[in-house]
Amino acid sequence: MKRTLMTLGLATLLVVTFACERRGGETGTADSGGTIKVGIYGDLSGQTSSFGQSTKNGALMAIDEINAAGGINGRKVEYVMEDDQGQPQQASTVVTKLINQDKVVAIIGEVASSNSLAAAPKAQEAKVPMISPSSTNPKVTQVGDYIFRVCFTDDFQGAVAAKFAANTLHAKKAAILGDFNSDYSKGMTQYFVQEFKGAGGQIVVQQSYTQTDADFKGQLTNIRAAAPDVIFVPGYYGQVGVIAKQAKELGITAPLLGGDGWDSPKLFELGGAALDGNYMVNHYSTDDPSPAVQKFVSAYKAKYGAVPDAIAALGYDAMNVLADSIKRAGTTESAKLRDAIAATQGFTGVTGSITLNASRDAVKPAVVFELRDKKLVYKETIQPSGGTGAAPAASPAAGASPAAAASPANTNTTAPSNANTNTNKNATP
Amino acid sequence: MDTFVQQLINGLTIGSIYALIALGYTMVYGILRLINFAHGDIYMLGAYSGYFIAHWLGFASEPSVVGLAVTLVGSMAAAALIGMAIERFAYRPVRKYARMTTLITAIGVSLLLENLGVVIFGGTPRSFPELLQNETYRLFGNAAISKTQLLIFGVSLVLMIVLQFIVYRTKVGTAMRAVSFNLNSAKLMGINTDAIIVFTFALGSALAAAGGVLTAQYNPTIYPLMGIITGLKAFVAAVLGGIGNIPGAVLGGLLIGAAETFVVGYGQLIGIPSTYRDAVAFAILILVLLFRPAGLLGTTVQEKV
Repeated sequence: MKRTLMTLGLATLLVVTFACERRGGETGTADSGGTIKVGIYGDLSGQTSSFGQSTKNGALMAIDEINAAGGINGRKVEYVMEDDQGQPQQASTVVTKLINQDKVVAIIGEVASSNSLAAAPKAQEAKVPMISPSSTNPKVTQVGDYIFRVCFTDDFQGAVAAKFAANTLHAKKAAILGDFNSDYSKGMTQYFVQEFKGAGGQIVVQQSYTQTDADFKGQLTNIRAAAPDVIFVPGYYGQVGVIAKQAKELGITAPLLGGDGWDSPKLFELGGAALDGNYMVNHYSTDDPSPAVQKFVSAYKAKYGAVPDAIAALGYDAMNVLADSIKRAGTTESAKLRDAIAATQGFTGVTGSITLNASRDAVKPAVVFELRDKKLVYKETIQPSGGTGAAPAASPAAGASPAAAASPANTNTTAPSNANTNTNKNATP
Repeated sequence: MDTFVQQLINGLTIGSIYALIALGYTMVYGILRLINFAHGDIYMLGAYSGYFIAHWLGFASEPSVVGLAVTLVGSMAAAALIGMAIERFAYRPVRKYARMTTLITAIGVSLLLENLGVVIFGGTPRSFPELLQNETYRLFGNAAISKTQLLIFGVSLVLMIVLQFIVYRTKVGTAMRAVSFNLNSAKLMGINTDAIIVFTFALGSALAAAGGVLTAQYNPTIYPLMGIITGLKAFVAAVLGGIGNIPGAVLGGLLIGAAETFVVGYGQLIGIPSTYRDAVAFAILILVLLFRPAGLLGTTVQEKV
């Protein structure tokens, strides 16, 4: 008995010693210029898996480019990818793992706001900077000073959608069909309603669904009865494709209008021709002639054989903003890296010029598309503060937007002539 | 008025699908007193079989009646085989033990199929091809019915008539009813009960697969966990109608489908949000168990203690 105890004690001692040594070793490498370990998490196998896949593709492409150019301050970037299956609970778990087990210096993710909101407190607690590429709900970065994003927020996006509905579509009556459990959907709805009512519009009916619903005809029938001019659907592509299809089956002719949650090649697979004539607000246009965008689009096509959606572009931008911040900080030490990310100013990304404001959000223009023949057809650009991007000359007036924000108005489609009147009122982002 | 009629059509459409799945629950319960929890996953596998058949045989790119028929029959056959295999390898070996053992096995099989689905097909939802050029027919006012809905009603009705014929007009159906009445006596009368049980599983699984392919025409998203909620609702439908009772399963399915759609359509007027549609099915289950445990069409059987 005594011997067993002693053996046990010795074993414990050994384990503890080794554990300590391993720890010491790892911090050692982090300080002395080994690889830089970045954690990426997203939905690779759930209801919104197109989001995680695109983020991963975009971020990995950035990492490859960074490493090919010799790394950051001579250190190569290494990544750890985690799948959260699109579930908030799981997102929080994998981020804890990235922090405690993989000891990453920074984290990129998620797309769906509910998942980012679940994981952000873990990153904040451990003081590991987290950059969300495309979570737009304002609450995400309010979690703490270690949480950032490189996209615009829903108070801007929702307002853009409302302005487009009121000014360009001349809609007076709007219906809303939202995702009941999604923070993204709730935020978008709130700001859409605010702006649309402000523009003299009326919300005639509001309905909701959950992501496990297989049938939306009940809600759509109620919407049809209210005869709206436009139907705002702030959901994710998986449901939107089906909603568009079932709306058509019910003979609904009012266009659907949504945000960046629609952005996925899967949307067209599900909705097909039923999507024609609907509208979505998004982060960037692949038709934008700016060199930053064109270089990215052709490189992405060559690498993955597909046109990059905005989620991929934002994943690419998030990784590059992180790399740029590490370079400026000269270290991956968490407090200094945090300060460097917060100081990001006029960074030329694919999705526009990225400047982080005091609430750690990017301020960028939004682009509105019409869906036609399984493609996104450019309609107009709406700037965050006054002026519209329909005329390129208007962009500099809007503040920081040199390269990509110069609008793609002069590309394949004509911006409506009344576009200039669209955004005179400020949408405080 | 047209809104009400529309909601009724919407409700009966999903109700027909619940009914198809509920038939499988009720038949298996009828002969084995087993709640086959894996049945919802057979529905999922049926949808996936249809997906692969449609893609392999090239029906995915061109909608046609032939393509639809082949896909439907093919997926029903595939699901029947899967159902038979599950019975043979999971349920039969434990049939001689307490009923609880088989029930737990059923839950295990369900989890196995769901997770195998995630491993093999991937968790990412897939988009089921449109096998029939869809059209919408206007009835009156705003009320409309789509070709897909007519298809769902039509196919469900035909399958139910075929089932009724098999159970009441054929030799194997008579044997099924005999086994359902008393397994041991049926065996003593020279009925090959194992074969009848296998046949019942095949029949129920085929109906579930038909439900899977039809649902996928209505909502093209298919994913490995799609059978959980739908399966549970179909189970509630079977209990509502009186488990073990075939017309009861159909009635239960239609009622659950309609109830759920009316919650979405009119729930808001009485303060029930539309997202409570799933809860309604289970509220109904509780009420049925409280006030009419045998179900609407079921008969109370005295059990010897």
